[in-house]
Formats: sequence, structure tokens, C-alpha cells
Amino acid sequence: MIMDSRYWLQRSCRHVPLVLMIAIIGLCSAGFLSTALAQAPEAEQLNITVEAEGVADESSATLLPAPTPQRSDYPNIGASSRNIVWVIAQMHLFFGALVLAVPIFVLVIELIGFKTADDRYDDMAHEFMKVSLTAYAITALFGGTLALSLFLLYPDLMTYLMRAFGSQVLVYAGLFFLESMLLYIYYYGWNALRYGNRKWLHLTLGLLLNAVGTTLLFVANSWTTFMMAPSGVDPVSGAIIGSIWEVMKGPLWNPLNLHRFIANVAFGGAVVGAYAAFKFLSAKNPEEKAHYDWMGYSSNFISILAFLPLPFAGYWLMAEIYAYSQQMGILAMGGILAWLFVVQAVLICTILLAGNFYLWTGMARSEGSERYRWAIKYIATVLILGFLVWVTPHNVIYTASEITRLGGGNHPVLSPLGIMPAKNIAVFLMLIMTFLSFQLYRRADKVITVSWQDWGNALMACIYIVAIANIIFAGIYYGYFTNTVYKVGSSVIQVMSTVVVIVSGVVIDTLMFKGAKNLHVSWGKVSNRSQYALFALPITFTWLMALMGYVRSSVRTHWHVYTVMQDNSPDNFIPTLQTVGNMVTLVTLLFLAFLLFIFWIANLSGTRQLPPLTADRNPVIAESAT
Amino acid sequence: MTVLMKTLGFSVLLILTFAGVTYVLPQMEGAAPEEEVVNVGELTMETFIVMGEQLYQGKGTCALCHNELGRAPDLLALNVTSTSLERLADPRYQGDASDVEAYLRESMLQPSNFVVAGFGTKGSNDTESPMPAIDKPPVQLSALAIDAIIAYLQDKDGNPVTVPLPVEAGDSEVEVEPAVPAPAQSPEAVLAKFGCVACHSVLESVATLGPNLKDIANRQEADQIRDSIVDPGAVVGEGYLVVMPEFPNMTIAELEMIVEFLAMQTGEKS
Repeated sequence: MIMDSRYWLQRSCRHVPLVLMIAIIGLCSAGFLSTALAQAPEAEQLNITVEAEGVADESSATLLPAPTPQRSDYPNIGASSRNIVWVIAQMHLFFGALVLAVPIFVLVIELIGFKTADDRYDDMAHEFMKVSLTAYAITALFGGTLALSLFLLYPDLMTYLMRAFGSQVLVYAGLFFLESMLLYIYYYGWNALRYGNRKWLHLTLGLLLNAVGTTLLFVANSWTTFMMAPSGVDPVSGAIIGSIWEVMKGPLWNPLNLHRFIANVAFGGAVVGAYAAFKFLSAKNPEEKAHYDWMGYSSNFISILAFLPLPFAGYWLMAEIYAYSQQMGILAMGGILAWLFVVQAVLICTILLAGNFYLWTGMARSEGSERYRWAIKYIATVLILGFLVWVTPHNVIYTASEITRLGGGNHPVLSPLGIMPAKNIAVFLMLIMTFLSFQLYRRADKVITVSWQDWGNALMACIYIVAIANIIFAGIYYGYFTNTVYKVGSSVIQVMSTVVVIVSGVVIDTLMFKGAKNLHVSWGKVSNRSQYALFALPITFTWLMALMGYVRSSVRTHWHVYTVMQDNSPDNFIPTLQTVGNMVTLVTLLFLAFLLFIFWIANLSGTRQLPPLTADRNPVIAESAT
Repeated sequence: MTVLMKTLGFSVLLILTFAGVTYVLPQMEGAAPEEEVVNVGELTMETFIVMGEQLYQGKGTCALCHNELGRAPDLLALNVTSTSLERLADPRYQGDASDVEAYLRESMLQPSNFVVAGFGTKGSNDTESPMPAIDKPPVQLSALAIDAIIAYLQDKDGNPVTVPLPVEAGDSEVEVEPAVPAPAQSPEAVLAKFGCVACHSVLESVATLGPNLKDIANRQEADQIRDSIVDPGAVVGEGYLVVMPEFPNMTIAELEMIVEFLAMQTGEKS
């Protein structure tokens, strides 16, 4: 009987994920359905009223248009409403990104630990969750503050958004409860559900946690994308005419979902990497150093791996923005916001340089790295040249004597480097070089033994050469010698070339590593300087997220909800770059301060006070213990 | 503590470096368009055309795409009237217009009625235009504003303007946006309105494209200053190019206000 029960339990455990997933989907569907049902009678009732009054145009007469607040309708609390919401929203987004991302890779690490029976993975995953747990509470606090601020400072906008999304916001709140419960069970149940079938149950909880977290992200994204590209509304009056699903699935929803999902993983990996680096630098013994070195490496691995496809997701988002509104796209890429992309170039190049530097210094852990060290100077040269091209603007404001000497408003050599084709070449070559660093790092501690290794290496080299030639040719030929239509199309060739290098590199290496001899890796034997690269990554990511979030929001210009609800508040202008820089710096510093608090709290939980000493310097022993 | 201070110092330094980058780039502010009232009764064909040009460059956002970069036909490089006649004769043209004025209006209100080859939305085989209807949000120009743009496009190549001047309606005022800006009320406002600070050092601004105006009174009399504003090419400072535009919509009051203000500037030298 006992055996039967265990067998049943084992079988049941394996079905738990499926059952719970169905339950979640059911819950969400029920929420949406309830919203749709709740809205339907209202519309019907209004139609009847209109018919009785004999109004001909039912559709326009029955639905409420978007509010048109005047300047005096915006509450004035003595400080810029936009700046207040800016700071709070950005802090909520930072922490939201962290707490949604960490469980994603924690689950993967936990699964690897379970499959390889290596407790190091399990311990590391558990430690990552400790960081995420404190951040979760802060996320919720900022979320609540944000909602209150928005209702206080932008009441008309919130009225309209509540009308558009209806009871979907309650589904969001319900999911938040579910997320909280799953998170706490997942973290506190870690050691109770550590081995055997119980581990499967724990992994299932992790999967559910991620499913709910990702759903939360997507729901919140729908509010953002509705404001940028409203759907399910009457284009003239802004009246809500579609179902909740039509309101949610605007043209930018899925591109933003993908972009934020990937970016969150890169960001989360970078933040826990900084945690590991801090612990590494503070470590008192070689064992601790080895553990945190390995933890930092793993975090960086996750972060860079997620970062590599991010430009492609960004490209899709921008392409969809152009497709939705060419005016909006041009405003971002060629209008008043375009200068911000020079700052973006500095930030992304910093990320790439820091990531590469960490890989190069990390190669010192294995003696086998000597075989590949010669390549570093060439990779570094391409990265530096790429950086210089990327930050070169198309033109700058010259003095009269400079214009005279140049013979025009554009520099003959540098100006062509300021347009997108040159920058695309630089970006894609930098990505390929970063992947090469990554590939060399992975090969550094291995001796490949497969018989076809020469053919494999030759094939890999050919793929690199063809991809690089393709990127340069497409960029120069289509970028400078054809019209704009082909110019945009050429970037597809460049994206595909880069993707082919990455995918084929992973596949070829995986096949070549079969039966490879592993060389000794000395974890902990890495320079302190390398750990600062792990700090540079999250700092730069944070700055970058805040900057690009601002650009995404600003393309709406003087509209709360693009084209249907105007922003008439005193802050409805696009601020100067300095102002943007100051605000982004402020939120990054705030995030850094909160992060240090989280690290401190995570450490505090492992600290135990020693018992006070008696007069004869022996520890006091509690009576109950004797 | 040392580790904390070192890592914190490094992080803060990096953050401030990024902030510093935003300080060395050009500083621009994008104001939201303001709705203004135009007194139709006071409009002349000249001011109507100027209004059209301002709308073309400003609120209409036409110049964002219709430029030399090839995203849309460069209307300033084309003779719009003769090109419109060619388009009307094109066998692909299926619209309702029969003259240049109607064709231009139709192009703005129903851009997909005729798409110039190579400029259609991707994948539409030039049957769909990426241009928004400009009487709809976000551009949302009024009928009067659209007429002003047509008048500007016809006039810029020296062709006759067929759009009639708007007639005075009911209460004699028609709301359009953004129309001709309201007259500035102070010398500082005049400098800001006409963008003088972008090229000249004056007030708090530091710019070197044009001569320093902080000490202009040491070099020029009021009459010379007035002449330089009315006809920027009349007297050009040594080492400078004639890049200063004319200001046809500057009012007499604004001109006199700024001349009087500059004639008193004897401050620092460049």
C-alpha cells in the first residue's frame, strides 16, 4: 500500500507542472472573460438609451471619448509631476526587472545542478534567490507608490486607462498575490524539497513562479504599449470600442514583451554578478574566492549570453515602431531624440568592452588559454574601432572658420561614419568579436580530441570570414550606393550573418567538445581588476535601461496616449539632454544605494552574534540549553 | 570597508562619466505645439505663404521625411507644380484630383491614393503610403493650415498660387495651429523666438557661429544693427559666412525692441 502511494506520488509529481499551468491559464482567461462580460451590458444599455432619444449615430453617441484635460486640471504639488513619476516608475522597473529575471536563470541553474548532481549549482541558485527576495519587497513598495503617484498627479489619464483596461488590473493584482506565494514557497522550501521527487516538485514551483512572473510582465507591458500605439479605440475620439484583448494586443506589445524579457535576464545576470564580485573582493579565504569567482563567471555568462540577441529584439521593436508610425520612428532615430543614441553607443560599447575584458582576464584561470592569447589584441582593436565609429555623429555645430576650412557643413571623412550603415557595420562586428572572445574562453580549458577538429576549425573560420565580409559589403554597398529602402533591408543581411556565426559557433563547439580533455581551471585565481568589469556591467545596464526607457516614453511627445489623449500638463515638452542625463544619473544612483542595502541585508541574514562573555570571559549559556 | 569604498567610488565615477557625455552634446528642448488664433481678416497672401512654410517645417512635420535622405520625395528639391502635373498624368493615378491644388490636398488627406514608385510601405508594392493623413492625429492640421502649405509649395518654385485666401468666417477668427507665433513682448523673448542664441553669444548663451553680440554696441550703431537684421548679407563680419536667415515675420515692434537692446550691449569681448 505504501509502495503504491509512493508510486502514485511519483507519477503525480510529474504531472504537477502541466496541471498547474492549466490552472494559471484558466485563471487568466477567466479574468479576461470577466472583463469582457462586465463591459458588454454597459454598452448595450447605453445603446438602448440612444435609440429612445432617436440619435442617428449610435457608435459615437454611446461611448465616452478620451478625456481632454486642460493645464489647470493637473494637480500642482509644487514639484514637477513628471520628474516624480519618472523616478518612481524607473525604480519600480529596475527592481521589477531584477525580480522577474533572477528566477528565470535560477531555475535553469537549479536544473543543471539537479541533472549533474553538483551541489555547487544548487547552492549558487539558492544564494541568487536570497538577493531576489529582498528586491521583491522593494519592487512592490515602489509599485504601490507609483500607482498612488499616478492617481494623484495624472487623474484624467488614470481614469482613461482604467476605463480601457477595466478589471484586467484586478487580474494583475491577483497574479501578484500568486507570484508572492510561489516566490516564498520556492525560496523557503528550497532545502525541504532538495532531492529526489521533491526536487521535481521544487522545480515545478520554479516553473510556475516564472510563468506567473512573465505573465505579470506582459500584462504591465500592455499598459505601456497602449499609451504608445493604442488599439481597440476609436482613432478620432479615443473612445474604447474594442474588447480587453483588442486593447492589449497593440502592434508594439509583442516586440516590447520580447525585448524586456531578454533585457531583464541580461540585467538580472549583471546585478548578481556584481554581488558575486563584491563577495569575491571581500573574501577572506581561497575557498570563498573560488566560490564567488565561479558565481561571478556564471552570472556574467548569463548576462552576456542574453545581451547578444538583445539588439535583434531592439531592431524588431524599432521596426514595428516605424511600421506603426513613421513619424514616431523618425523622431526617435533622426529627430530631437537622435543625440541620445550617441550616449547609447557609449553605454553599449562600455558593456561590450567590460564583458570582453572580463573574459580575457578570466582566461588566466586555465593554462590552456595561452593558445588563444594572441587573438586578444586583434579583437580589442576591432572593438575600439567599432566604438569610435559608433560614437561619431553625422554632423556637429561648427564654427564659421571650421565650416570654411571643411568647405561645407559636413566633415568629408567623419560625416559618412555618422550614418546608420557605418554604425551597423560597427555594431555587428563588435557583436561577432564578443562572441569570438566567448568562444575562445570556452575553448581555453579544453583540448579537443575529435578526429575532424581541423575541418571543424576551418569551417568555423570560413563562417567568420564570410559573415564579416557580408556585414561590411552589405553595409557599404547598400548603405552608401542605393536608396533608403535598400539601406534598411541591408541590416537584415547583417543580422542574419551575425546570427549564423553565433548559432553555428555554438553547434560546432558542442559537437567538437565531445570527448574533449578538460584542463584544470583554478577558480579564484583571477585578478581583482577583472571584478570591476562585473561592476561596470550592471551600472551601465542600469543607465542604459533608464535612458532607453526615456526614449521609448518620449516618442509619444505631447500625448499621454498617442494620437487620442493629449498631454496638456506643464511637463509636456521634451527636456534637454542635460536634464535627461541628470534624471537618469539620479535614478541610477538611487538604484545603486538600494542595491547596496539589499546586498547588506543578504549578508546580514548569515551573520550570527556571539553570546556575551561573563566576568570570567566565558560565554553566557542559556538555562534552557543546559 | 575598503572594498565597499573602492567599488562604490568606481561605480559612482562611471555613472558621472555617462552623465558627462550628455553635457557635451547639443542641448535642445522640444516644446509641444501650441494652439493659437489667427485673425483671418488680417492675413495677406504673403503671410499666408509664410504660415505654410512654418507649418511645413514645424507642426506639419513634412520636412521630417520629405528631405534629401530619400525617405520620401524631396519636395524642396522638386518643382512641386510640374511634378504634380506629371503624377496626374501617370497611368497609375486613380485619385479624384484634376488640378495641382486638388492633387496636393488629396496627397495630404489620402496619401495612399497615389504612391510614388519606391516610396510605398514595405511589402505593399507601392499601393500603400507610410505617410499619415495629416488632418488626423498626431499631426491633425486644420483645413486652413493645409491650404497654407499648398500655397507655400506652389509659391516656392515661383508658380502661381491657386489657393484662395481664407475668407473671414462668422466671428472673424479661425483657430489653427500653430500659425504665426504671437509677437514677443521683451528683447529676451525676441532673441529666443528667432533663435539668435543658437549662433550668437548673447545673454547667457555662448555660441561662435555668428559674431559675439555681448559687445556689439562697441562695434556698431543702432542703424547698422537694424540693417544687419533686416538684410543679413549687407555687412558680414570678417571670418564669418552668410548663414543668417532673414526674418520676414518679425514685427516692427520686435525689430525695434531688439535693436534698442543690442545697441546697449557693451559687455565682454570675445
